[in-house]
Order: sequence, then structure tokens, then C-alpha cells
Amino acid sequence: MTKVIADHIVINNSSPVEGHYFIKLLSPVEIPEINPGNFAEILVDNTPEVFLRRPFSILDVDYEKRWISFYVKVIGNGSKRLGYLNKGDKVNLIYPLGNSYSIPVNAKKVLIVMGGSGIAPFILLGKELIKRNVKVVFLLGGRSSKEILLTDEFSKYGEVMVMTEDGSAGEKGIVTDHSLFKSTFDFDLVYTCGPEPMMKAVADIAGKRGTACQASLENMMACGFGICLCCVTPTHEGNKRVCYEGPVFDVNYLKWQT
Amino acid sequence: MANLNVKIHNLELRNPVTVASGTFGFGEEMAEFFDLNRLGGIFVKGLTVKNREGNDYPRMAETPSGMLNSVGLQNKGIDYFIDKIYPNIKHLDTHIIANVNGGTIEEYVEVTEKLNDLEKVTAIELNISCPNVKQGGMLFGISCPSAIAVTEAVRKACKKTLIVKLSPNVTDIAEMAQAVEGAGADSVSLINTLLGMAINAETRKPVLSTVTGGLSGPAIKPVALRMVWKVYKAVKIPIFGIGGIMNATDAIEFILAGSTAIQVGTANFIDPLVSLKIIDGIEEYLHRHNIDTVAELVGALEV
Repeated sequence: MTKVIADHIVINNSSPVEGHYFIKLLSPVEIPEINPGNFAEILVDNTPEVFLRRPFSILDVDYEKRWISFYVKVIGNGSKRLGYLNKGDKVNLIYPLGNSYSIPVNAKKVLIVMGGSGIAPFILLGKELIKRNVKVVFLLGGRSSKEILLTDEFSKYGEVMVMTEDGSAGEKGIVTDHSLFKSTFDFDLVYTCGPEPMMKAVADIAGKRGTACQASLENMMACGFGICLCCVTPTHEGNKRVCYEGPVFDVNYLKWQT
Repeated sequence: MANLNVKIHNLELRNPVTVASGTFGFGEEMAEFFDLNRLGGIFVKGLTVKNREGNDYPRMAETPSGMLNSVGLQNKGIDYFIDKIYPNIKHLDTHIIANVNGGTIEEYVEVTEKLNDLEKVTAIELNISCPNVKQGGMLFGISCPSAIAVTEAVRKACKKTLIVKLSPNVTDIAEMAQAVEGAGADSVSLINTLLGMAINAETRKPVLSTVTGGLSGPAIKPVALRMVWKVYKAVKIPIFGIGGIMNATDAIEFILAGSTAIQVGTANFIDPLVSLKIIDGIEEYLHRHNIDTVAELVGALEV
């Protein structure tokens, strides 16, 4: 797989809600094929405080116009500084990294459950699913309506459902208590990304219905391309690199303590 | 064109820039980024007799100008390396140097003996300085008698160039270097990581699953330079300088302090192409200073 290592130029950095950013960058080279779930390593500023790169899922891409975009939720120093980026700034990126979500040929209807920054991989997955005529239900969870982003975008590819802890949007409660889980569960596959406790609960529900489930993990990484062995997760075949064998795993392959 | 060739014992390196064990996998992943044959050599990920899963996650903490790791020598064992990895990298036209680890002297010897038949592994790096394992590792490298014992045993078993990787977590690293030189080492590499720890004040917990880990990156460069300089004055065997090298200037500093060659480590995580930039930068430095060969700079510090 061809990889890009290059300085990109910020075309746009917008923040619909405080602490959440959508950053679009222009590539100086042709963008190689990017699959849903692939991520990039962003060199924030390589200062003493933010020394290492930061991994982010690739949100969207336009091969013709040569742009690539990211969703950044502010968590620590690295993500905070990405929020400061202005149009015209240069940022060094490495991509595409990691594996991707897979779509079984017989899939007719799938469920995508996401929470927090877990929305990032699912625009690309939505695009891919609609190409293959797979029906999708997007279920977004968050603390409040402020954390429910990209619903307009997701609605282009399927049905959108929302659940917030304070009830300010959609149903009230945690995402795994959504009413859709109480009705006929006719999904061929569940995709999930978000906080680990949420993904474990989603995996548990999928498991009980006998439905396959793919989860994307976001362990701390030093490199992001398989050489440092810092981001491992335990699997039934030993410790595997989230950045290289992952970030997407079939949940049954993971040794998750539920 | 300046001459970048250097010699470590009987190894001819096309340039002094190599990559440190544990920061470059087995080379396979990095071959996606650049032509590995441009490197002076590749120190591959640490090997043990048997499969090791390494330590629990989290194994990494970012720290000011550096990072802590406690990977704990995760690898599939020497037999897996010989059967499954070596065939994929033996075509490389650069030195493949195996980093050898053990919990006991016997284990070090077993791994070393198995490597003897691999033609393209031209040297071994005896790692007596890993701070992240409960048995062996650094324990061998922090006392002279045990360092001598393991080096002598491996020397007898080893048909290749023998490099011993030293720990900075000692009172006098020059004394350790002299001890392994006397025990038959052809070269020393230094420094391995410095013991450190990181704490999450909010949770009152250590960041690493192992509580302590090894510090690397530019944060340790001044310590490493001092140790290389000290060792250079104490031994006759050539030195691989390691410790926070991020660019060609850093590499030149290590060479001036007495390193015949250098290992790039943590910098690989930030820029996979950094080694190539360092090679080009060294060449540019030689040109700018009108120096014919990089070997002239080794230990050329003017004090």
C-alpha cells in the first residue's frame, strides 16, 4: 500500500461546537486509496510538550480535489493545538495507516453505533455501504445534543437515530439502551467506534443476537505504523498492534473483559 | 563526494547511520517507506528463546521531549525469526544485526548459537540493558561480574561481530565498557533507555502498567553524549552512539564525542524517513567543513 508522508496545507478548520473541530487539508501529492477505518498520524508541532504524532481516523477524502479531512475532539495538548490551526498552515501527515472495516458480500442491513469521537470513520463507511446497496442505521450517542455531530451527513447514507444522556436530542439514556435494541434486530453486522465501555456493551448486545461486530480501537500510540509495539491489545492470538493489525478488529478476536 | 564508510570491527558500514533495536521492527514495516539499503545497518527487534507477549498495555507515556516505554521485549522467539522473518529480510543489502536477550546466560547463548547460521545477520547486539523485563536484561548490565560472565559466554558461542549494548543506569558506564571489552566484545552500543516513570495526578496512578519504564528521545541526549565521551576515553573498541538523535547535527555531535556509528531510535516514530535525512545531513556537513571522510570526525571533539 502506497503511503503518503508529506506537508499538507490547511484549507479549512471549522468548529461547530467548542472543543470539536473539522479540519480539511490539501495534499501536495495524489491521495492513495483510503478505506473506511484507515487513520493518519498527524505531526502536531513536535514541541517538547507534544513530541509524538497523534493518530486520527480519516473522516473524508476527495481524490480529485486532493483534500483529506479529520474530526478532532479536544482531549489533551495535541488535539487542543490542532484546534488552533488556521487556513494556510502546514501540517505533516502520514497515511493511510492501519486496516479498515470490512463489508461482507452478503450484508443487506447493518447497524453503526458510535459515541464521542467515534463518529470519525463512518462517513467513509457510509459512502462505501451505499455503493454496495447495503441499508444502514446510524446510531449516535453523546452526553448532550452538542455532542451529536454530522447527522446531516450520515442521513445521506441511511437512517439516523440519536440518544443523549440528558435527553436534549433523540432518546434519553445511554446508547445501548436505545429502543431499537428492543425491537426486531434484523442487522447482518454491527460496526462500532467510541469509548471502550460503550463498544464492549455494543459487542455484548451483538453477541447475544448472534450478530458479528467490528470495533475500531484507539489505543495510545508512539509510531502508528507498527514498529514500536506500544499500542497492543490482547487477542486470542496474543498481543496485537492496534496500529497495524488493527485498528478494526472482530470483537470475538479480542480478549475483552466484559 | 565525502566518504561515509565506517568500520566496526570487521563490519564495513556504507555510512554511520543505523537504526536502534525496538524502534524499527524487523524492517519489514519500514520497507513501505524507503529503500532500507541506504542504511548503514538495521538493529532488529530484540529476540528471546521463546515467544514473549511483553508487558500489559499501557506501555507508553509521552514525556517532555521524549517518551517512556515498557514494551518488555514482545517477540515471537528466535525460531519464528529464523523461519518466518529472516527469509523476508535476508535479501537486504545492509547489515542486519540481531538484538539478543535472555533471562539467563544459557538463554543468551542459545539465541546466539541459533543466529550463527544466518549468513546475512552479520553481528549480534548483546542486550544486557533492557529495563523492562523482570528476569535478566538490565540485571546483567548493572554489575561488572555478571556483565563479564554473560559477555564471555556469548563470545564463546558467537561467530559474528559482538556488540554489547550498555545500560546508563549504572554508577560508572566506562567501567562497564572496559569490563565487556575485556570479556571479548568487539564493540559497545550506548545508551539504552534511562529508567523513569510517569504519574497521572488526577487518578493517582502510574501511566505505565509496569510503573517504571525506559526514557528515550532528545530528553536523554545530553546524558548519552557524556556517557559516549566517557566510554570513548576508556576503551579501544568502536562505539555505536545512541540517545535522542533527531537530526544530522545530533549525529555529528555523537560522532565528535567518540561514536564510530550511531543508532537512530525514537526519532523513527516521528519521521520514518529521518535516517535518510541524517545521512544526507552528515554528507552536507562534511562537504561544508571540507572533510574527506566521516571517520576523521570520530572523537574529534576539541576540549
